[in-house]
Amino acid sequence: MMDNKLLKNVAFYALVVVIVVFSIFPFYYTIVTSFATGTAIFEINYFPRHFDWANYQTVLGGRTFPRNILNSVFIATTTVVLALFLAVTASYALARVRFRGRGLLLMTILAVSMFPQIAVLAGLFELIKFLGLFNTPYALILSYTIFTLPFTVWVLTTFMRDLPVEIEEAAIVDGATPWIIITKVFLPLLWPALVTTGLLAFIGAWNEFLFALTFTSQEITRTVPVAIAMLSGASQQEIPWGPIMAASVIVTVPLIVLVLIFQRKIVAGLTAGGVKG
Amino acid sequence: MTSANTAGSTGNGLSLHQQRQKAAFWFLAPMLAALFCVAAWPLMRTVWFSLTDTSLNDLYGGKWIGFDNYLSVRTLASGKVIYRGTLVDPAWWNAVWNTVRFSVVSVLCETVLGLMVALVLNAEFRGRGFVRAAILIPWAIPTIVSAKMWAWMLNDQYGIINDMALRLGLITDKVAWTANSDTAMYAVLMVDIWKTTPFMALLCLAGLQMVPRDIYEAAKIDGIHPVKVFFRITLPLIRPALMVAVIFRMLDALRVFDLIYVLTPNSKATKTMSVISRENLIDFDKFAYGSAQSTLLFVILAVFVLLYIWLGRVDLSGDGGK
Repeated sequence: MMDNKLLKNVAFYALVVVIVVFSIFPFYYTIVTSFATGTAIFEINYFPRHFDWANYQTVLGGRTFPRNILNSVFIATTTVVLALFLAVTASYALARVRFRGRGLLLMTILAVSMFPQIAVLAGLFELIKFLGLFNTPYALILSYTIFTLPFTVWVLTTFMRDLPVEIEEAAIVDGATPWIIITKVFLPLLWPALVTTGLLAFIGAWNEFLFALTFTSQEITRTVPVAIAMLSGASQQEIPWGPIMAASVIVTVPLIVLVLIFQRKIVAGLTAGGVKG
Repeated sequence: MTSANTAGSTGNGLSLHQQRQKAAFWFLAPMLAALFCVAAWPLMRTVWFSLTDTSLNDLYGGKWIGFDNYLSVRTLASGKVIYRGTLVDPAWWNAVWNTVRFSVVSVLCETVLGLMVALVLNAEFRGRGFVRAAILIPWAIPTIVSAKMWAWMLNDQYGIINDMALRLGLITDKVAWTANSDTAMYAVLMVDIWKTTPFMALLCLAGLQMVPRDIYEAAKIDGIHPVKVFFRITLPLIRPALMVAVIFRMLDALRVFDLIYVLTPNSKATKTMSVISRENLIDFDKFAYGSAQSTLLFVILAVFVLLYIWLGRVDLSGDGGK
């Protein structure tokens, strides 16, 4: 009986170890590779044996990569601010005011968040050319609205629906207009939700590839994912793995840090987006 | 919603409820306008382009050609019938088949593995917080970065995966995972499953945590085998959560683009509907033809969602009949 229990425990912890190694190893190996240069990069090392910043210097000292990072930061931040601004008022209306067609509207918003982006690519391409935004950050800010806005509206609506009715009633009795209710009563309560949805929308915009690839045409206007995908050497045989790994580490570490800090809130935000009973 | 909605009328002749509805309209208007501009309008234009012969360089010079981009039937003078268009294009059907295969296999594996990880995380043990943090890492890594990371690990000459497999005796020769058309799909699946299992696990975990603990206690007292408990109690209870998670992932998988574009560029064995559409739209100067393919992708996805919701009786609203 005792042995059986011990065996079970060992098996359980072995499974835990497998899960952790499987999750962490690829990124760990990326970091190890990013510190190897020259021929050292072609040795297979399971443990770090080299510590050379040269790849990071190549990437950050390059002509375009720092600019690509700035592009990504600007585009993702603006997209998030815009989406949150539009979503707060809209989700108040969707969560707290009863009107005809509300359920249908919510379903439509959810449907848009699941849109295949390729289906709007041709139309957006035309719109962006028409507005003269092609190859500018604003082309991406505009197009990213298609997935950040429905998502933020949906999650904020579920958050707002759960806020107690009493505080709103008290404000109404005091003669507060809906605008005052949103800005003075709800907004302070919504801060945690705003941080979570903002962060998730930021990650979405930071990682987006299809629109960024299609709506930019110069190295200098690219965002980080496109820049990394396009990093290339003189020929097919000379893929610059060292700099690619260094660039990957640079753009991923801030995200991982943010995700780990806001871990619990992110899990809550993700699940609010889908699973609610 | 609130009892105050029905309160008496105010000074300007509108009831409070009407006032709130008016405000709600103006609160919703900017969001709806934005969604119309970036979603509805471009979608309509894509469908329109698919019915014309528009080219990338002359977006406004297209002529209406009906459904010729989808299917055109011409009878030659000799009596020979020629079919053209996406619907008889083997490259398109190859992409459809690739997409379906990729989506079904990846979502199936992710669901099973995700459920396993969720069951582990639902147990109480030391270091649970650490494990939960660890599984978030693949999810947080940008898709392009994971594609590049794995492209390096799967490299035929210097990749660590080949090294591991050789040491373990799983393979006898180094495999060119991403370049070889026999293994390209496995490579893509491997990366996708690695990257999205955490998302699945977290959604499953949220479902598991809603199952009351006393049910397990009761089952334990009755001496029911844990496997039976899982299939008879746990699984039915988390089914709604699972159904929603599966459709979210399925839709993501059916429109996959970035991973395949970067990990196995130009491989016929992995080219999906999104990849082939973009290729025609932008790279091959067959703008209208690509539009037709992306319209078809949209239709396929829409039909799939409707069938899934209808057959699975999924409640996506989260209202729970409120």
